[in-house]
Amino acid sequence: MIDGILLGLSTAVSVQNLFMVIAGCLIGTFIGMLPGLGPMAIIAIMIPVAIKIGDPSSALILLAGVYYGAIFGGSTSSILINAPGVAGTVATSFDGYPMARQGKAGKALTIAAIASFSGGTVGVILLMGFAPALSSVALLFHSAEYFALMIVGLSAIAAFAGTGKVVKALLMTVAGLMMATVGESALFNAPRFTMGLMDLQSGFSFITLAMALFALPEALYLVLDPKRGATSGTGEIKDMRITREEARAIAPVIARQSIQGFLIGVMPGAGATIASFLGYAVERNIAKGADQEEFGKGSIKGLAAPEAANNAACTGSFVPLLTLGIPGSGTTAILLGALIALNVNPGPRLMIDNPSVFWAVIISMYIGNVVLLILNLPLIPYIAKVLLIPRNYLIPFILFFTMIGAYIGQNNATELLILVVLGVFATILRFADYPLAPLLIGFILGGMMEDNFARAVNLTDGIDFMYQRPMTLALLVIGFLLIFFPAYRRRRARALKKGVAEGD
Amino acid sequence: MALDKWIALVFLVIALVYGYASFTYALLPFERNMVFVPNTLPNVLSVIAAFLALILLLSPKPKVEGDVLGDIDIAQFRQYKVGQALGLLAAMVLYALALRPVGFIASTTIFLAGTGWILGERKLHVMVPVALLGAGAIWYLVQEALGIFLRPLPWFFS
Repeated sequence: MIDGILLGLSTAVSVQNLFMVIAGCLIGTFIGMLPGLGPMAIIAIMIPVAIKIGDPSSALILLAGVYYGAIFGGSTSSILINAPGVAGTVATSFDGYPMARQGKAGKALTIAAIASFSGGTVGVILLMGFAPALSSVALLFHSAEYFALMIVGLSAIAAFAGTGKVVKALLMTVAGLMMATVGESALFNAPRFTMGLMDLQSGFSFITLAMALFALPEALYLVLDPKRGATSGTGEIKDMRITREEARAIAPVIARQSIQGFLIGVMPGAGATIASFLGYAVERNIAKGADQEEFGKGSIKGLAAPEAANNAACTGSFVPLLTLGIPGSGTTAILLGALIALNVNPGPRLMIDNPSVFWAVIISMYIGNVVLLILNLPLIPYIAKVLLIPRNYLIPFILFFTMIGAYIGQNNATELLILVVLGVFATILRFADYPLAPLLIGFILGGMMEDNFARAVNLTDGIDFMYQRPMTLALLVIGFLLIFFPAYRRRRARALKKGVAEGD
Repeated sequence: MALDKWIALVFLVIALVYGYASFTYALLPFERNMVFVPNTLPNVLSVIAAFLALILLLSPKPKVEGDVLGDIDIAQFRQYKVGQALGLLAAMVLYALALRPVGFIASTTIFLAGTGWILGERKLHVMVPVALLGAGAIWYLVQEALGIFLRPLPWFFS
């Protein structure tokens, strides 16, 4: 591990890569603050830039910086104007906004920054321990296990989609897998399902799909509902100091939530959003008496918990990405797409084939957390000015960036028409409460899943591998349990509602 | 019928069409003897998709007690500015068609100022310079920093 850290240091502490960390954090903080652009959309826009950079370490450092920068920036808008720029910081606004209303905006921002910093740093330390261990196990995997692992990942994503949405999420996943079969693939000799259209010959572009699924619906929502993300003017930010008692009160909260958040982030399908809500709920239950009463009215613990948890989860979600090559969330799915475009195959071989990429990213996360702390403590009053951009200027530019992102990836104007059509469809899907992240993850994993499935089938001359290999069988069973467990729980919940009062 | 049922119906149709295309997929002569053929996975997927869409279509509507994330509420659809959204979508389509012939700078400036106008911005003396500046800056970045060619000027200049 020492070798790895030194290797990572030597790669990450170069002028170019330090610049990438700072640039990524800055871009992420600014854009994460704006309503309408989440981390997925920003990273999708940045992909052409990352591909142009060419060096996979620098590109991944940049994109990772954007990712946690956006989570950081989202908390600022949650606190100041009660309009979370990112879903992962919604729980932050529960206590952060009341604090800002009480004139303690500066203190709230400080606590958020410290909690995020600690969450991120603890996350990186755990990542350093977890990832090599997991990837040494993963080296034993064959294509059969990979196929089964992807089934587990996809069903976990559906299972965590929320009550009543599991079937919808599964349908979206399958739709993503279906979209992935369009066009040419390395396995076969002719393009499939192109309907004779030349523009579909190489399949759907994943940047276009990411833009259509995440950036465009958000922007259209901002148009449809002017109240959404309305800036009511930011309050004065002053007195950013916290007292020693406050620090003592939040320290255990931050410690617990950093670890819990990380573990939630590692699980496929449960990212920063779930970690922050769960962290908030757990801390509210742990707190006693007056402390518990204060939750929701400006409690510093209620602010520290989701902030530590979401940043730790954000780091945790890199574990399955870097060790198994399986993204656990929409954002890491986009990162995976970017890595594949850069000719790096994330997975257990990553630590052997490209150790510098792996370790440089980890070291850059330490640096990134420090950069974010510096950015967020003294500079936040100035950065928060970005919230004052009027909507009439913001929305045209968001739309323009989504389009230019899709266009320069392919240099093809038809891509823009595909973007608009898919974007409208995605907006309607969101109206009907269909989760969109599973579609993108299914799309990105689809090609890999078919490759591994084909290899396993060809090696064993049939689908016998599914029960002949114990590890494959176990993984497949886990995958199916993950799908059926929520359905079972829902039925039980319904049965309980019919009968007497709930148990707990 | 609620919107999500309509969407389930659309997905059912898509799954059936996809399934038809997949089950009637013309294999190449040598592929017929292979274990894993181009339509193996698509066949499975189409069956699963049709099954899931049917479940969604036929299951009773569950009572949802407010979404946690406070997402958009379909019941308020009338209050939404649908006209503006459609205007922006039309502008995006026009932009897609105009980008190549009209050139990047002119079409982007018109797009940015035009969508601002649709959204209700009337201060053109501010909007147009901002749009022009934005278009120029992005063109410069894409062209110089990323090295991707974007035709800046209309077709009759280049």
